[in-house]
Amino acid sequence: MLKKIAITAASVLALSTGAHAAGAEQHIEDFAFSFEGPFGTYDEHQLQRGLQVFTEVCSACHGMKQVRIGELSEEGGPSLPEDQVRAYAANLSVVDKETGEDRPATPADKFPANTGAGAPDLSVIAKARAAFHGPYGLGINQFFKGIGGPEYIHALLTGYTGEEKEEAGTTFYENHAFSTGWIAMPAPLSDDLVTYQDGTPATVEQMSEDVAAFLMWAAEPKMMARKQAGFVAVLFLGLLTVLLYLTNKRLWAGVKGRKTTA
Amino acid sequence: MAGIPHDHYEPKSGIEQWLHRRLPVVSLIYDTLMIPTPKNLNWWWIWGIVLAFCLVLQIATGIVLAMHYTPHVDLAFASVEHIMRDVNGGHMLRYLHANGASLFFFAVYIHIFRGLFYGSYKAPREVTWIVGMIIYLLMMGTAFMGYVLPWGQMSFWGATVITGLFGAIPGIGEPIQTWLLGGPAVDNPTLNRFFSLHYLLPFVIAALVAVHIWAFHTTGNNNPAGVEVRRASKAEAEKDTLPFWPYFVIKDLFALALVLMVFFAVVGFMPNYLGHPDNYIEANPLATPAHIVPEWYFLPFYAILRAFTADVWVVQIANFVTFGIVDAKFFGVLAMFGAIAVMALAPWLDTSSVRSGKYRPMFRWWFYLLIIDFVVLMWCGAMPAEPPYSTISLIGAAYWFAYFLVVLPILGIIEKPLAQPATIEEDFKAHYGAHPAE
Repeated sequence: MLKKIAITAASVLALSTGAHAAGAEQHIEDFAFSFEGPFGTYDEHQLQRGLQVFTEVCSACHGMKQVRIGELSEEGGPSLPEDQVRAYAANLSVVDKETGEDRPATPADKFPANTGAGAPDLSVIAKARAAFHGPYGLGINQFFKGIGGPEYIHALLTGYTGEEKEEAGTTFYENHAFSTGWIAMPAPLSDDLVTYQDGTPATVEQMSEDVAAFLMWAAEPKMMARKQAGFVAVLFLGLLTVLLYLTNKRLWAGVKGRKTTA
Repeated sequence: MAGIPHDHYEPKSGIEQWLHRRLPVVSLIYDTLMIPTPKNLNWWWIWGIVLAFCLVLQIATGIVLAMHYTPHVDLAFASVEHIMRDVNGGHMLRYLHANGASLFFFAVYIHIFRGLFYGSYKAPREVTWIVGMIIYLLMMGTAFMGYVLPWGQMSFWGATVITGLFGAIPGIGEPIQTWLLGGPAVDNPTLNRFFSLHYLLPFVIAALVAVHIWAFHTTGNNNPAGVEVRRASKAEAEKDTLPFWPYFVIKDLFALALVLMVFFAVVGFMPNYLGHPDNYIEANPLATPAHIVPEWYFLPFYAILRAFTADVWVVQIANFVTFGIVDAKFFGVLAMFGAIAVMALAPWLDTSSVRSGKYRPMFRWWFYLLIIDFVVLMWCGAMPAEPPYSTISLIGAAYWFAYFLVVLPILGIIEKPLAQPATIEEDFKAHYGAHPAE
């Protein structure tokens, strides 16, 4: 009885995520990002490189309208100095809510929206493309491997085969990571497309990793604070559990006799 | 209150007597906390406290979230991101609230199945059971409307599918659906009323929880042995029971702390584990997701809803004898609500005079099968509505109904129960031995 319900309980939680796997047959390779697992943290240099890829490549078509530019200087993210963020913002143009006219952005503004070419907004795309549901659809390996969103982005950016086809006036590019196998976005990256300020060689592989990490941060900027809170909570609750266990044992010792084997 | 004889509150000092004559609130608290509780309660009895905690957690986090949330189709999604990014601790509040709903249902399912195994629904606890079922229904309504608020793709399409159930009612269905939605489709009026109701219903639940507790404090708790506390005298009752405070409060708090440790690990390290990725895509009425999947806690009943397709013979018969009024869609809706209705009727469907499943050798296996059935249905609910899942769902749904409508009534007649302990004291001693002092 006890075991049966315990097993049921575990499966109940687990099966829910099994649903999400349905329909997506594409293979997403796992990747050891620095921010995965209970103690994983963002690598701020990687996020800064990812920001550069986003700014110079992705933002040509994609917006990121939920992310405030000032978040770039916050702790647990790319941690850029505030003057750099102000300078970065000044290069972007936003529509002023009061005057209705274009003006240079400030760190208090959001990244511009960009609906050109029907490209999806990238603010929370890393959470909207969660790819990991294993093992057996239980989804529990997310605990160690993350949700798989950044892996999906990395796989998509490196998954082009070079084949293309035209359908109803639109060109589609073959991509093994995309759900239908054919995507409207042409391969956006090529070697040395950006020149990294920290001198890292800008291979397609390197840029894909960096921008995938950056987009995970954009989707979940408070991840490090959250993990810390979770860790502290588990620690204190663990202590409380032990104390309550001992209290309970002592309290009932006066009522219970010695436990018999029967 | 009737029930188990025990010491009652006696106001001693002048001010206590003054207050007691005007409002016996201290007496109420005292009697509630000191209620004699069967001393053989096992660990399956801790989930009530977890549920009470969940309700408080959801209301506390929800009230703060409501201060920062905007119930408007153009602003809802962005206001949730605002909570995640700009509100102090907002990301934690939201993840606690979202995962809190899962803990709530996880606990309620164990709580319900505990009641089903130990016969807690049987006389004289039918009212506790029925009130519990109403709370469960309200929880489902509240959770469903809460899931719509972030205004993601699953919010929108889940709302479309579920409100569509009401549209399946013959004749009056469509006007009812329009009335519920506040228009022809899920839109801003829907979001506004769901927000309003999502805020209201938890307080209705809180009131019903008080009634639920009142009811079982009147009858006394059930217990793993299923035999009643002796209540001829106080001395006799004290052999079977211990006061709720401190014995069960400390025991329950220990269990709660352990459960919360796991809960905070999920919230801290994998908060999106139980969510659907599509809900991070803003609602778009023009793009239907490939698979519309409800939250995990609705899946078993969602599977029952989808199991009854037009090619199933029961559906065809129902269709024929009602001159086409009951079509497959409406039959599915009836089956889904019926699945909960038969569970609510368990006190009158179970004919066995023995409460606890421990002493029912045949019942036990049918009960284990019901749990497996529940898990299988949950799995089917997550899968696309196509073979073989549709067939498995149908078998699963059939067993769910058969358990309550056929197995429970018949078992009581044909089953030979095992010998039950005469008293709770005897059961307790069998587990823990006699106290050395005795």
